[in-house]
Amino acid sequence: MAAVVDEQQVLRRRGVFRRPSATTGAWSWFTTVDHKRIGKLYGYTSFAFFLLGGIEALLIRLQLARPNGQVLSADVYNQIFTMHGITMIFLVVMPMSGAFFNYLVPLMLGARDVAFPRLNAFSYWVFLGGGLFLYSGIFLGGLPDGGWVGYAPLSTQNIAVHRMDFYALGLLILGISSTVSAINFAVTIINMRAPGMSLMRMPVFVWMTLVVSFLLIFALPVLTIGLVELFFDRQFQTTFFQAAQGAQGDPILWQHLFWLFGHPEVYILILPAMGIVSEVLPVFSRKPLFGYPVVVFSGIAIGFMGWGVWAHHMFVTGLGPVANSAFALSTMFIAVPTGVKIFNWLATLWRGDIRLQTPMLFSLGFIAMFTIGGLSGVTHAVVPADYQQSDTYYIVGHLHYVLFGGSIFGLFSGFYYWWPKFFGRMLSEGLGKLHFWLMIIGFNLTFGPFHILGLQGMPRRIYRYEEGLGFDFWNLVSTVGAFMIALSIAVFIFNVVRAHRRDEPAPEDPWDARTLEWTTTSPPPAHNFDEIPVVRSLDDFWHRKYAEGQDGRLAPVVAGGADAQGAVAVRRDDAGHGNDSGSGDGSGGHGGHGIHMPSPSYFPLLAALGLPVLAFGLLYSTFLVADGVLLLLLGLYGWAMEPSAE
Amino acid sequence: MAERAATAVPEPEVHATSTGLSNVKLAMWAFLGSECLLFGALISTFLLYQGRSEGGPTPSKVYDIPFTSVSSFVLLMSSLTMVLALSAIQRRDEPKMRAWLMATALLGMTFIAGQVYEFTTFVNEGLSLTSSAFSSSFFLMTGFHGAHVTGGILLLLSLVGMSLDGRLPPERSETVELAGLYWHFVDIVWIVIFAAAYLIPTAT
Repeated sequence: MAAVVDEQQVLRRRGVFRRPSATTGAWSWFTTVDHKRIGKLYGYTSFAFFLLGGIEALLIRLQLARPNGQVLSADVYNQIFTMHGITMIFLVVMPMSGAFFNYLVPLMLGARDVAFPRLNAFSYWVFLGGGLFLYSGIFLGGLPDGGWVGYAPLSTQNIAVHRMDFYALGLLILGISSTVSAINFAVTIINMRAPGMSLMRMPVFVWMTLVVSFLLIFALPVLTIGLVELFFDRQFQTTFFQAAQGAQGDPILWQHLFWLFGHPEVYILILPAMGIVSEVLPVFSRKPLFGYPVVVFSGIAIGFMGWGVWAHHMFVTGLGPVANSAFALSTMFIAVPTGVKIFNWLATLWRGDIRLQTPMLFSLGFIAMFTIGGLSGVTHAVVPADYQQSDTYYIVGHLHYVLFGGSIFGLFSGFYYWWPKFFGRMLSEGLGKLHFWLMIIGFNLTFGPFHILGLQGMPRRIYRYEEGLGFDFWNLVSTVGAFMIALSIAVFIFNVVRAHRRDEPAPEDPWDARTLEWTTTSPPPAHNFDEIPVVRSLDDFWHRKYAEGQDGRLAPVVAGGADAQGAVAVRRDDAGHGNDSGSGDGSGGHGGHGIHMPSPSYFPLLAALGLPVLAFGLLYSTFLVADGVLLLLLGLYGWAMEPSAE
Repeated sequence: MAERAATAVPEPEVHATSTGLSNVKLAMWAFLGSECLLFGALISTFLLYQGRSEGGPTPSKVYDIPFTSVSSFVLLMSSLTMVLALSAIQRRDEPKMRAWLMATALLGMTFIAGQVYEFTTFVNEGLSLTSSAFSSSFFLMTGFHGAHVTGGILLLLSLVGMSLDGRLPPERSETVELAGLYWHFVDIVWIVIFAAAYLIPTAT
């Protein structure tokens, strides 16, 4: 690694700051601008939040296991279920997808880093600051308690405590992080592709990242304004969302702004997982993805149509028959590109040489669970049926089938698939399969009964229910299922710890993969590729390994073919520069020699620190506001004046 | 080796990119796209609430349209001076660029001064942030715009400072171009806000 930072580097003093140069050691994580390390930071942080959100879920299930639950008070329950939703959406699925974007997109494109490495570090630190800010309420009068959707008047009342102020400001901070990172990835994908990597040769995962980036760029500002107006209502006595006591505001405006962000957000949460599944299925079926352009275009279509369906979250507010019909229709239409994708995945499997390894199991689980969630979603499009389902556990069941059965299964598929790439270690297949079966059974036990409970009329967000309403049995089943999911996560953690204790290096290309990230070492050197690859086709790495013979059967191109040595041989062959270091490790031999990578920097962290300080200042003291602004400006100015690499 | 050179050089301006557009310029366009939705949400809120002014003066009572027209004209003229600043640096005439950047900043400050005067007058006439739904949405929308203009002024002054410091040579004219993109965007948004808030009569 040291070679990458470069021997000719001179440490220059800049005022009191000396440019950090370490690329190893604990401190280097604070100053890193390497997309792979930032990806890991996103991964570690979001997994920690995943455990936190999971504990909140278990508390909810404990409380609801029996009638008249005594575990939590109503007040604590409100905070717990609100934070469970916020955590899982903003602090788990979004940043965990971000971890995959960060780590994989440059590798899949054949690039050395993202377009703006320091901005990337800034996004991460802002995300961490926003997450901690949201949870800081635990010491300051309570956590947000108005539901993750923050509907007025629940969000605008009770201004004596700052709970929903933490919600408004925390989500504002997280929104800045996501917007900045989305711009970064959109530019990276549009502009940083290796020679020959045309748009229609990009892996589907990269395509989905691009669609998600545009959704974030356009959806978040709408939430931003909603949150600013909410904050004004709470702190400056405006009445944007308040209609009580003669105030002229309109609580429905919040719902429009929130869902105009919120429905694209649903696709922001699911499209990355769809991308992962689209990478995993072809590898484990040993077939190209069926109808690649159709999968890409239906992803884009979902991205566009996702803007025209938001009011289906609001049928019960009484929008009138015209609006209801229009949004019901658009909602049914958006099921079409989604269905197209599912059929393409199934066709990819059709007559494939299927290997049921753990990543594949999770991807298949994704397809099955997401299909159930998608179908229950279409039932909400039927307005009269939606009147019946709104605010019941049926909705909760639906959203968990798409966000847990969909997104989380997809993300775990990605973990198992790319773990050897991220860490150079294989996760155990046996434990992985145990994890999968525990999780899918636990998942269905937990969330399947929600549909029944919902149709029986159990409202969501209640902290307690009476005995004899017919809710007892299925709630208990659901709680048992929730603990089974918890057990499956424990198996996953054990699997990870075990793999890293054993210290057996993973093969270079363990799955016989198809995309560029597998052409470099695992984990890749800081500069990713010794030679920037030249791309000749979709699934380029596969075509370097295999050619179709006369009889239509695949034949390995180079002796050795699919095994690790073969993969390395192919890479060397293609590079044509006679890298004879023999280690295949970029830091040895000529690898990495003379390649300038962006230098580490303090300033993204410094600037990012300014935001939570500023937010605390808005709640507690103008003095802190000044401090926050100062930190932000100092960070940004230092950043602007500092060259990206020295 | 060409590929290596592409990522080896630290300055983003000289990256060979897939589209030929520079990374920073693309990022700026993406950011401005995001800003469109930001102002879209503000303007939507305003359009919803502009007729709700119980508890305070109505729009037609407080607006001084000739005054705001003049300050709008000042702001639009600042786009012209911004174009001249970019043109100057592209002709490698740094002193002239600084002059036009200063002119742009001054015109922006004139607009902001006008807004401060206007807000003060409104408050004196009984239209405060909290007096009605109309006033809240008006102040939030125009306030957000004013904050954007103020940010733009700081950006322009920083450019002048950088140029005096020798950090803004003609080779980096793209920095001025990007500042220009932002500045023109803020101006264009004002045209929409001015039309929506001042020129289209309130329904009630």
